[in-house]
Amino acid sequence: MLSFEKQRTFVTWVILMLQVKDINFNYGSTPILKDISFDVKEGQLCGLFGPNGCGKTTLFKCCMKFLKSHKGSVIMDGTDINECRIEDMAKVVAYVPQEHKPPFPYLVKEVVLMGRTPHLGGFFGVKRADKEKALDALELLEISHLAEQPYNQLSGGQRQMVLIARAIAQETKLIFLDEPTSALDFSNQLKIWKLLRKVADQGITILACSHDPNHVSWFCDDVVVMNENGIIGQGHPYHVITESVLDEIYQGMCTVRSLDGTNMILPRDVAVKKKDGTSRHMPALRRDVE
Amino acid sequence: MFETLKRINILERITNQDVKGFSDMRKYLILCILFAVLGLAAAIAMVLGAYNISFVDVYATIIANLSPFQDASSINKLHNTIIWNIRLPRVLLAIIVGAALATSGAVFQGCFRNPLVEPYILGVSSGAAFGAALGIVYPHIFQSIQISAFIFASLAVMAAYTLARTRGQTPIITLILGGVIIGSIFSALVSLLKYTANDSSLREIVFWLMGGFYYATWNDVVITAPIVGLSFLVLWMYGWKLNILSMGDEEARALGINPEKSKMIVVALATLVTAVAVSTVGIIAWVGLMMPHATRMILGPDHRFVIPSAAMLGGIYLIVCDTLARTLTTSEIPVGIITSILGAPYLCYLLRNKGRSLLG
Repeated sequence: MLSFEKQRTFVTWVILMLQVKDINFNYGSTPILKDISFDVKEGQLCGLFGPNGCGKTTLFKCCMKFLKSHKGSVIMDGTDINECRIEDMAKVVAYVPQEHKPPFPYLVKEVVLMGRTPHLGGFFGVKRADKEKALDALELLEISHLAEQPYNQLSGGQRQMVLIARAIAQETKLIFLDEPTSALDFSNQLKIWKLLRKVADQGITILACSHDPNHVSWFCDDVVVMNENGIIGQGHPYHVITESVLDEIYQGMCTVRSLDGTNMILPRDVAVKKKDGTSRHMPALRRDVE
Repeated sequence: MFETLKRINILERITNQDVKGFSDMRKYLILCILFAVLGLAAAIAMVLGAYNISFVDVYATIIANLSPFQDASSINKLHNTIIWNIRLPRVLLAIIVGAALATSGAVFQGCFRNPLVEPYILGVSSGAAFGAALGIVYPHIFQSIQISAFIFASLAVMAAYTLARTRGQTPIITLILGGVIIGSIFSALVSLLKYTANDSSLREIVFWLMGGFYYATWNDVVITAPIVGLSFLVLWMYGWKLNILSMGDEEARALGINPEKSKMIVVALATLVTAVAVSTVGIIAWVGLMMPHATRMILGPDHRFVIPSAAMLGGIYLIVCDTLARTLTTSEIPVGIITSILGAPYLCYLLRNKGRSLLG
């Protein structure tokens, strides 16, 4: 019996795809990141959750080596990124930036094909297989109909999807997304998160930063919560996105309610119920009274 | 040279049976058509000129010079001088300079992520102008106007680059500002030289600044062709990387391209070809700005195709302008004037019609 237990723990042993250890970073003399440590397990959709200005994007940039951290190390798929060349790093991790517009009207398929860059070689480099992979990525995100359109004339949500398709075409084990849904409307936000779920279920590890507590509690396997002082919790969102943690970030503005087993984060003054069970914001139901 | 390269690629594409809906065949076809048009334009330009020589005589002269079996002395001496020593080097130089300016324009626009950048943005032209003016005013110190122009053109860009480099990075805004600062310093120095120059030197400086191919010789062709040709090939190889660079530094990094290293190489080569062109023929405006635009309208923004077709369009455009410059009136018009007169309406058209889609 005991040996069976042992074997079980062995089987569920997980690989750490990303380990961040004691990262420190200052802009000039202002410290932004202080001793940040966390890790992300293989195949998980991990949310990096925190309020605006707490250093999420800076942390991302340190992990992508866009910025050089002053102390600490980032280990990606077993390799320290400081010992990794730019060319090799691009085969391990893909990056989806916040939505942006390039100056030239590249077609969507060309933008997605750019994701193949780390795998190209030679003079013109682009092979038949690369084009096929780009088209497959568009297929996976169900945006094949956009292939022939100029990327910089799409809507924000469509552009975000194209960038995710590019990251998938890059065929990396790890994808970083910087605020993937911040500029989108509600339905596009849900679309993107569902899509990330789909990608993670294919075994790709995803780290997405977000400032929406609902999104991370609805969609993520794992969440890292940070504020100005550093990491204040990591684990399954059900255990981490709690009222005590939210109080620490939002100074008691929010409350957590469970709706059929799903956690909902609500503003406290909206959630306050009147004695008759209706919310303050719910209009009186006249017809029922009559 | 690139004809054979293209053929290899086309063969590869045909044998691979390209992915449906993702074929570049059309673009290769357009490249071939442009190459044919370039050849045709050059052939026509050879026949046109102030001195009327028949079509047959022109090509008889060229063939006689090219063929090792035919004695060059058998042909008309005057024809030989006009065709072989004046017109042909002039047409070839127009192609080389047009290709150089258009290529570097495309490269600068991609690299600086701005479709309104021209190759003179980093102060190449003002540096070259100062060098040339210095050579004209003080001929005993600076033996060759070309070399002096080239030295100061390179100096100007190096100064702008050094000025812009902070903490191991060269942000685009500081680079462009650096170019503006250095450019204005050299422009001021040119004005100073103009002010102190005597009448004949002044006239020569003004003439040089307007740019032209009047003094084109085989010597110029032999010096510029290999530099421009080789740089062009390397820049063409960087075509795909330029696509990535035009998305921004961070994305380039994330896609495995070192932006600092790549930018340094392409900017250095683009500057080199611009400096070579400017120091040989003076300042010719608009070509470097317009040709990449025109190309993007025909072929889309992929730099793998923009670079070769911009180069060919640049060649065609300068052949046309130079032919007009030397045939419109009995005396020559500086080609820079023609390129501007033809170029400005084109840009007006762009601004009014395609402005939104091209400039985002």
